[in-house]
Amino acid sequence: MPQIVESALGALGRKTLSFLKDLHKVSVLINEVFYWTIVSPLKGRPPRVRAAVSEMVKTGYDSVLVVVVIAFFVGAILAFQSAYQLKKFGALLYIANLVGVAITRELGPIITAIIVAGRSGSAFAAEIGSMRAQEEIDALTSMGINPVRFLVVPKLIALMLMQPALTTFFDIVGMLGGFVLSITLLGINPAAYVNQTIIALQVNDLVTGLVKAWAFGVIITITGAYQGLQVNAGAEEVGRRTTASVVMSIFLVIGFDLFFTALFYYFT
Amino acid sequence: MENAVEVSNLVTYYGDRQILKGVSLSIPAGMTTVIVGRSGCGKTTLLKHLIGLIRPTSGTILIHDTDITAEGDQSQLEQYRKKMGVLFQGAALLNSMTLAENVALPLKEHTKLKAPVIDIIVRMKLDLVGLSGFGDFYPAQLSGGMKKRAGIARAMAMDPKILYFDEPSAGLDPVTAAGLDELILRLHRVFKMTVIVVTHELPSIFAIADYVVMLDNGEVVFVGNLDDFKKSEKPIVKAFLERRPEEVSYSPDNYFKIITGT
Repeated sequence: MPQIVESALGALGRKTLSFLKDLHKVSVLINEVFYWTIVSPLKGRPPRVRAAVSEMVKTGYDSVLVVVVIAFFVGAILAFQSAYQLKKFGALLYIANLVGVAITRELGPIITAIIVAGRSGSAFAAEIGSMRAQEEIDALTSMGINPVRFLVVPKLIALMLMQPALTTFFDIVGMLGGFVLSITLLGINPAAYVNQTIIALQVNDLVTGLVKAWAFGVIITITGAYQGLQVNAGAEEVGRRTTASVVMSIFLVIGFDLFFTALFYYFT
Repeated sequence: MENAVEVSNLVTYYGDRQILKGVSLSIPAGMTTVIVGRSGCGKTTLLKHLIGLIRPTSGTILIHDTDITAEGDQSQLEQYRKKMGVLFQGAALLNSMTLAENVALPLKEHTKLKAPVIDIIVRMKLDLVGLSGFGDFYPAQLSGGMKKRAGIARAMAMDPKILYFDEPSAGLDPVTAAGLDELILRLHRVFKMTVIVVTHELPSIFAIADYVVMLDNGEVVFVGNLDDFKKSEKPIVKAFLERRPEEVSYSPDNYFKIITGT
């Protein structure tokens, strides 16, 4: 019996230590990322603007189509599902409220974040990871080029701008999806629907959604970069870290979403 | 004789495993020094220390009298990195950039030179390693030997005082490897810089070395010039030069312990 207790405590201790070690590494990375994004430009070393623009094209522009199509479907599905309940009460017009508020406050930021985590976060981890595996990161360091400034900061700037932008697209097209479904299949008066949406939506709803989107962009970039930088060698590890980056991003995004939602619920 | 590198009492652990066990050595300036030893003897780890990629557990490294292992102040290490060049084992060119962009990278990051000037320097460096006209190629379009030459061009971009090579002949056919040795000799002759090469290829050692450092099991076992190295009576050096396999002695008792895992 004492042996079982001993090995259980030992395992717990090892897990705790490795968790603390990971936490330390993440903190070091976050510290470095924000130094090179915010402090270093103030000291006269601006970030690589052209690289940031090219990352914006890859993470933002190239994602527009997939975000827009999914947004339209989600808006339509939401309208359908709410109609299923609301028609019992003869309150079909309130679909406009439900779709508008649900998409701008919650579904827009979170589904966009999940799309971007799968599309761009995984690409960050795979790119940085394979560069680690082929000594390219070591080469950068040995040339006196900080890999975080060179690789991570342009990606962070890109996602900090593109995540809210994509979320805005999602919001607009998602509401359009609900609108199109409501006025066609459900036979709601278009003018009444638009009017109802305007009454229901507040600036607050949009702003809280976009603040969340910004934070999700930061989370996805840092998770992808962290997982990529942990690669030591080998293609197999690159694959494993890429998967881990997506799982961890989605987990953290939803965790932080709960936190933000609670925060906004009490303080707005 | 002036020393480019002074290493004293370098100790390194990877986890619980001790890789370098108190290495002390000096590497003379302006010569080609070869760091040799069997696989796993710690020579790549030593190289990573010399180029400032990892920090030792204890000990110091002075490069031209500057301590690059000092805690805290990173500016000396940053300055040093601008004055050295490294050719990594797989050349480590950035795959997303062309050869010209790769060579231009340190110049763009560390100098305020105008783009046309950088273009000229890049063409000069590529010509130096015999890759004129390949500036617009991507690393994936080149052979192993050409990638290494391009890696040398990038390492030479900032006119380094010290040039490091990590196993330059690894993965190359004998003719290409000999060509690379020839290039290393020529660069050394023309630019008079300190060249430090990590390798275990005997033909390469005989072709390029002025000075030899041999490591075994994390310790220095030989330091001296090439002739002394060839004449050395130390069994470990002789075994290396004569390509003799290590004698493995198995006693029945040991073998029993190994297979039962006790």
